[in-house]
Amino acid sequence: MTSAASARKNAPIWVRLLLPRDAPLYQRNDAVMGWLMALPALLILTIFLVIPFMMAFVVSFTNQRLISPNPAEWVGFRNFERLLTIRNFTLEPERDDSGAIVYADGEISYPRLREFTRNNPDYPELDGLREFTSWQSGDNRTVILVGDVVFLRALINTLIFAAVIAPLQGGLALLLALLLNQALPFINVFRSIYFAPVVVSMVVVSLLWRFIYDGQNGLLNTILGMITFGNFQPVDWLGNPYTAMPAMIAMSAWQAVGFHMVIWLAGLQTIPVSLYEAAGLDGAGAFQKFRYVTWPGLRNTAVLVLIVITIQAMGLFVQVDVMTRGGPLDATQSVVFQAVQRGYDKQDIAEGAAISVILFVIVFTIAMVQRYLTRERS
Amino acid sequence: MNTMSFETRQNLLTGLRYALLILIAAIFIFPILFMVMSSLKPDLQLLRDSASLRAFLPVGDISLDNYADAFERVPMLQFAFNSVFTTAVSVGASLWLNSMAAFSFAFLKWRGKTIVLSLIIATFIVPFEVIAIPLLLVVNNLPWIGAGGIEIGWLNTYHVQIIPFIADSLGIFLFYQYFRDLPEELIEAARIDGASIWQIYARIIMPIAGPILATVAILKFLVMWNAYIWPLMTIRSEELRPIMVGLQYFFQLNTAWGEIMAYLSVVTIPVLIFYLALQRAFIESIATSGIKG
Repeated sequence: MTSAASARKNAPIWVRLLLPRDAPLYQRNDAVMGWLMALPALLILTIFLVIPFMMAFVVSFTNQRLISPNPAEWVGFRNFERLLTIRNFTLEPERDDSGAIVYADGEISYPRLREFTRNNPDYPELDGLREFTSWQSGDNRTVILVGDVVFLRALINTLIFAAVIAPLQGGLALLLALLLNQALPFINVFRSIYFAPVVVSMVVVSLLWRFIYDGQNGLLNTILGMITFGNFQPVDWLGNPYTAMPAMIAMSAWQAVGFHMVIWLAGLQTIPVSLYEAAGLDGAGAFQKFRYVTWPGLRNTAVLVLIVITIQAMGLFVQVDVMTRGGPLDATQSVVFQAVQRGYDKQDIAEGAAISVILFVIVFTIAMVQRYLTRERS
Repeated sequence: MNTMSFETRQNLLTGLRYALLILIAAIFIFPILFMVMSSLKPDLQLLRDSASLRAFLPVGDISLDNYADAFERVPMLQFAFNSVFTTAVSVGASLWLNSMAAFSFAFLKWRGKTIVLSLIIATFIVPFEVIAIPLLLVVNNLPWIGAGGIEIGWLNTYHVQIIPFIADSLGIFLFYQYFRDLPEELIEAARIDGASIWQIYARIIMPIAGPILATVAILKFLVMWNAYIWPLMTIRSEELRPIMVGLQYFFQLNTAWGEIMAYLSVVTIPVLIFYLALQRAFIESIATSGIKG
């Protein structure tokens, strides 16, 4: 036995616990101090990040409420089932005794859905479901039944929001970055202006844009009216189910585009000038330089920008809470808004946690896609 | 044939480029300009002006009446104090705790360090929105030693707005990266001179950590000043409400446009001035957070 190893063996237990196996005993001071200095931050992270994160998974399988006289009970997958059940169901027309289709007011008459979804012993799998959407197929009517109409709407809206804003905001940010990536006088002034909305709170931006989007005195209607010489019919942008989500997307892009512009600029600056010069000597025009020099050099930046925007977009909350509270007609419901509605407003922590877990699974998947796309090719 | 000389064409192109740059700048500036100008106008004029370009000009009946009315309607100074207080304490504490942890990760050897560090980096992909609801349950069951002995539940306090945020994995990681790139000799020389570990941290490393301190401080400042979802769920009383939640509350009182614009301006202009004064640091901090996070 070496003397170092025997000295180690005789040391107090806390030294043996903290000192790396291959470290000499005289470094025990480092080990103890190192542990002590990291401890406060690690404690905070454990209590306020790691534990809540793990609790999200545990609590989502219970019926935990924020304040309740009864202890929580395990309910298995019930919360997830209610949130995620989707079934299609075919309603057949009502027929009279001769087998002919019954019409009422010229329309095919169907049995009422609730006869199947309320305590019908022949259809236990449909119990408690509600209609999400339906369409005609031949004489039959196909109905999509879901466990939670509002949550599914929120999930679809959030995915649409993310799918639209990622290419839109990422693309606009790239155009701005290309425009700014020149040695022109005052170019930094423009960079600072384009970036400014990023430091403005989303709460402020959302309230301000409520006025811009206003149906009567809104600035947007005024400006569109001026541009079209009064031919534009004013729109209540946030009050109309068809324009509310696009309006929210445009505003969110306005607020955050400067952020991603800066990331693109950083990416552009890593491309060596010599590559552009070489391409120029080969007779490449501006577009060809972009296609064959700039774009290949930006590949990892592109993945990063798209993923960052997508993940941020999945957390859509402030805009919804301040501008529309999910309306009109659930057109702007979002996943996080629903998590807060249920977990906080209704104090149903379990259901809020289940929504959080679903959100995490989506975000995690997106992050794994990024790792896959930017992996080192060997 | 092209009759323009090369130089004229270049000048024309540059002119077009500036025209485009200015047009885009207008899209970013005009909403903010509209906010500030509207805050100075009485409601009737504000509505009339928004039908023309007067919306962006300080014309007509200009006064600070909206500000006076807004301050009278809600305790805005109290809200502002709450935000300044929670932000300042969080920024200060997070600079200390994060840098201390990062120092330990970068320079000291202890068992399990590598695993703990990779766990910290792994937490990057957990957005706050995912843990917000279970965190509500956690803080509702935590004890606190108050004036009346031990109390259970942190809801509706200052500390529930501060303590969960005084350490964060991005902050630790940014400090760690910065420390790791410092020359090793710096530490070795100090050790040979007999400096204690604490002295090396406080007297040698922290004084040269200026740039990264600024980055972490700016990021924390923005997060805390703009805090919304968390105080919305945890703060009930007016005396503890931070400024952004107070803004939403103010709006729900269904007050006049001009007063709301005044409130918006009050919470935005200081941040914009702060940003303009330190724009390089701001832009670099946020670019760093985007690239690393």
